[in-house]
Amino acid sequence: MTELPKHPSAKRLGLVIDLDTCVGCQACVVHCKEWNTSSTASPLADTDPYGQEPSGAWLNRVHGFEVEDADTGGCGRTVHFPRSCLHCENAACVTVCPTGASYKRAEDGIVLVDEAKCIGCGLCAWACPYGAREMDGVAKVMKKCTLCIDRIYNEHLPVEEREPACVRTCPAKARHFGDLGDPDSAVSTLVAERAGVALMPELGYAPTNRYLPPRQRPAGTAADATPATGPRAALEPAPGGFLGWLDRVLTD
Amino acid sequence: MTAEADTQPRIADEILKTTCYMCACRCGIRVHMLDGRIRYIDGNPDHPVNRGVLCAKGSAGIMHHLSPARLTKPLKRVGERGAGEFQEIEWDEAMALATDWLAEIRKTDPRKLAFFTGRDQSQGLTGFWASQFGTCNYAAHGGFCSVNMAAGGLYSIGGSFWEFGEPDFEHARYFLLFGVAEDHDSNPLKLGLAELKKRGAKIVSVNPIRTGYSAIADEWIGIRPGTDGLFVMSLLHELLNAGKIDLDYLGRWTNAASLVIDAPNDPDDGLIARDGEGRPLVGTRNGVVPTGPNVKPAFKGRFTLADGRSAVPVLELLARRYTGPDYAPDAVAETCGIPAATIRRIAAELAAAAFDEPVVIDQPWTDVHGVRHEQMIGRPVAMHAMRGISAHSNGFHTCRAIHLLQMLLGTIDTPGGFRFKTPFPRPIPPGPQPAGRPDQIAAGMPMAGPPLGFPRGPEDLILEDDGSPRRIDKAFSWDAPLALHGMMHSVIGNAFRGDPYEVDVLFMYMANMAWNSAMNSTETAAMLTAKKPDGSYVIPKFIYSDAFYAETVAYADLILPDTTYLERHDCISLLDRPIGSADAVADSIRQPVVQPDRDVRPFQDVLIDLGARLGLPAFIDDDGAPRFPGGYPDYMVNHERKPGVGPLAGWRGKDGERHGVGPVNPDQLNRYIANGCFFSHPIPEEARYFKHVNAAYLAFAKEMGLIEAPNPIILQLYSEPLQRFRLAARGHGKTQPPDDKRGRIATYFDPLPIWYPPFDEAAAAAAAFPLHAVTQRPMFMYHSWGGHNPWLRQILSRNALYMHHATAAALGIQEGDRVAITSRHGRVVGRAKLMAGVHPSTVWTWNAIGKRRGSWGLEGNIPEAEEGFLLNPLIDDLLPARDGGYRYANADPVTGQAAWYDLRVKVEKLPEDHRENPPPGIRRQPNATKPPKVVAYAVKAGR
Repeated sequence: MTELPKHPSAKRLGLVIDLDTCVGCQACVVHCKEWNTSSTASPLADTDPYGQEPSGAWLNRVHGFEVEDADTGGCGRTVHFPRSCLHCENAACVTVCPTGASYKRAEDGIVLVDEAKCIGCGLCAWACPYGAREMDGVAKVMKKCTLCIDRIYNEHLPVEEREPACVRTCPAKARHFGDLGDPDSAVSTLVAERAGVALMPELGYAPTNRYLPPRQRPAGTAADATPATGPRAALEPAPGGFLGWLDRVLTD
Repeated sequence: MTAEADTQPRIADEILKTTCYMCACRCGIRVHMLDGRIRYIDGNPDHPVNRGVLCAKGSAGIMHHLSPARLTKPLKRVGERGAGEFQEIEWDEAMALATDWLAEIRKTDPRKLAFFTGRDQSQGLTGFWASQFGTCNYAAHGGFCSVNMAAGGLYSIGGSFWEFGEPDFEHARYFLLFGVAEDHDSNPLKLGLAELKKRGAKIVSVNPIRTGYSAIADEWIGIRPGTDGLFVMSLLHELLNAGKIDLDYLGRWTNAASLVIDAPNDPDDGLIARDGEGRPLVGTRNGVVPTGPNVKPAFKGRFTLADGRSAVPVLELLARRYTGPDYAPDAVAETCGIPAATIRRIAAELAAAAFDEPVVIDQPWTDVHGVRHEQMIGRPVAMHAMRGISAHSNGFHTCRAIHLLQMLLGTIDTPGGFRFKTPFPRPIPPGPQPAGRPDQIAAGMPMAGPPLGFPRGPEDLILEDDGSPRRIDKAFSWDAPLALHGMMHSVIGNAFRGDPYEVDVLFMYMANMAWNSAMNSTETAAMLTAKKPDGSYVIPKFIYSDAFYAETVAYADLILPDTTYLERHDCISLLDRPIGSADAVADSIRQPVVQPDRDVRPFQDVLIDLGARLGLPAFIDDDGAPRFPGGYPDYMVNHERKPGVGPLAGWRGKDGERHGVGPVNPDQLNRYIANGCFFSHPIPEEARYFKHVNAAYLAFAKEMGLIEAPNPIILQLYSEPLQRFRLAARGHGKTQPPDDKRGRIATYFDPLPIWYPPFDEAAAAAAAFPLHAVTQRPMFMYHSWGGHNPWLRQILSRNALYMHHATAAALGIQEGDRVAITSRHGRVVGRAKLMAGVHPSTVWTWNAIGKRRGSWGLEGNIPEAEEGFLLNPLIDDLLPARDGGYRYANADPVTGQAAWYDLRVKVEKLPEDHRENPPPGIRRQPNATKPPKVVAYAVKAGR
């Protein structure tokens, strides 16, 4: 089995994903695929691409859910949930790996797969509680989010473009990248301000990525809730109606 | 030891910039070329449209470019229409054939050509070509897209939603979004929503379905389809009754105070009273005077005109209508499916957002009267609406109602409100007028004007001398007087029925009219294959151009294969649909970043070549030789519509020193390419708001060639062009509707917005067809040709019929059940999926997922063909007979907009083993390579 870094640095690179803003447009999903099919050791292959069951390896997918609880102000909510590797501190996908192919970088916490060592046994995908790994149907090796490691340090790119492809392309600006190990980083500040959450922390894998929950809705916004009271509930008809109002305004 | 990940790979040998065309949004892209192949396409960070972001469609461009569905060579039909039996031919033969067919009819009756294009962005060229050919039978796809929004806006505020205006995302505090709007301007809107979210603005979505942008709204108002207009009028009711309107804005910048002549039997009844110089008259304490900067007008009362007749201010007429009990929240709640309390609350929130905290920008500006304002003060309420409003037969008036709401709140082009994007605003209505009248068309001659334009009244309609429709689609006839974008959805049906006449050549580009772009797709296919008793086809010749083996290809006689967007020049022109923003004049181009590996040609090159072969005057020089031997790029640079005005506005003049208007610059395309394939010229700071009445803006717009004269553009609460049509219906003027159409014109050309139940809904018995059925396309396919893209179809390759849990329960339907969906017109079968975020009155599905077996380079047994379905077969292209047996198009009576969303259906559970034959397949593309079983695309340095 494979060991996690004995002396991890404080640096923990990861994503902060804003569920309040994600419209589920799939831009990050396809942009990730487009970038990474030429990035990982073998392409992100698609089998039966023009046939009955098109199926490929993706490093990021977006799922939609409906939430109808009271917190949504009565008009319910559709939540889009982007899912990719969370780069856990206690990455079970690493410790379960029989060959050392799955590993976590000491210097920044990124979890990667060394395809040369991957035997395609799939244990890591079983171990990952977040469903964040996908077997490549052609190369028969495991594929996963690399945080675009070939972008974020790449000196061929201008400094401002050294961020993951999904973050760079997100039209709704719902994705953020940075060092979550640094409490003063922009992403850590965002998490603090918006009460960002880790996914299923009770499992103990200590994921690095954070999700920003949908904003609380103002009371009384519901389509079917008891109407709010006060000036925002309804306008007061002007005495004498519109024409009466007009008279007063114009004589003032 | 674990291999070190390579963090420093080389990405590109060369980064080529161009403009995306995976949908209609025209984002700037960078194509990263490595070893001669496409490594990566991303958004151009410098581009004004998308500022570096790119959507799912754009990111799948590589797979689009490599699609096995790409056509490879010109094709001539050899089997029966629809069978997909073709012979590959050389371009010489294809061009000769097309030229023969077209030359023959140009010589005799140019209207026998019906030339209609789909989602192309070269209408500056295609419309001009049609006019040069001499046919009025031309339009693009706007008539079945969103012409209601264009017409509603252009006849009210001189601009429109669409991509021609945008919410002031930087300053808005309240955003009201109506209906499906994921169609146009998608990346800009998503960027804007992010901006609103960041600032904590409230986002309210009025939409029967809670997906897409509605998902992130702070409040979702699940409205019943087709009732948005009534909802908005109820908001007007609340605001007017409470006196929550911006009277100062209305008095200065709209026709609120203009006096409307009240003389029921007179030919100018209901028009604005004017003085001898054409200035609108207003009432004051000192009587009736022309409007002017120092006049304090009355907004109510009855005034006596100089000729003794009386007149009433627009605002009083407006208030009388909407303050009445018909529009009270309690009166409309049930029809709209929205609680009255919600309507009252939204009105209160709008008023609070607009009037409690105005947005103030410390930027002096000077209005058209020469009055200097020290600040720009605005109402931070923004709105946006698109297809959801448009695709109903009451969409024009609904759109106008939304613009009225904006005007009453004082939010048109003020900080925090709706902002015009260049080249708008334009005069209301803008020019020119459509051509095609009998005196404007002659055999062998260009037509005297453009086929599409903006009627000011009945005299501008395109009619036969007997008043009957003159265009094949009946646009600009009494059936659809303001059909500004034509009615592509009526062309095949009308040509088949010979109503108003038969055509000889149907010529279409990039529009899947035999499938998901036709209202009655099953019948449309039958019309294309129908024969006369003598064995000839009813529609004799069909030329089609497309880059892909779409369903429609199988029905054409001659196929002119187009390139993909990465292999061509294009021009996103101020003469058509530029990429202007609220802060800049802008246009853009495409440049080829790779060369075609097939025997295909850009359609625009082909059209220019055809123009020269046909001897169309603008396409040949004095010796009869081709005027643009270099094809489209040659035309983009050297064509001048009038002196100094060409397809591209940037870097004109010999040295590229002139912008907007200027002589031809032979080096113009290189200047565009050096600048990332776009041109953007900032609007001066003092000219960025109140553009319709901002002296600096109007002068700037005149100088740039956007408007003819720097005259104020007074917003039209009350629409005189509409009233002119109504007067004609009442028996006034030279051009009057036939008797059987008078009632319809009189009703629907109301100068103030009205609401009426959508026609097809009214036609379908409510008890028999109790549910609304609407469609939308997923954001990763909207406006794209990407349904067959192997990356995008992995996200969605089977559509379902979505319905509310309660609706399903009442029908005994469970998740995944097979269901029949039946309208008054047809029946399709699909599977049900249940959800909460849909109005219980409504079912819906993703459009254009369903595909025909054999099409699009896909294999036969694909889920798109086996499980996918369209609602198109359920939608009649005609309404049931009325007014003496006549069948009008299933469309808006003002604009001819296809009323897709008026559909009513019933849904029934079917046994699981029930099978209904899907439409028969078509033969696969000739000589197509078999689609690969694996795609494993990678381009790496050092290969």
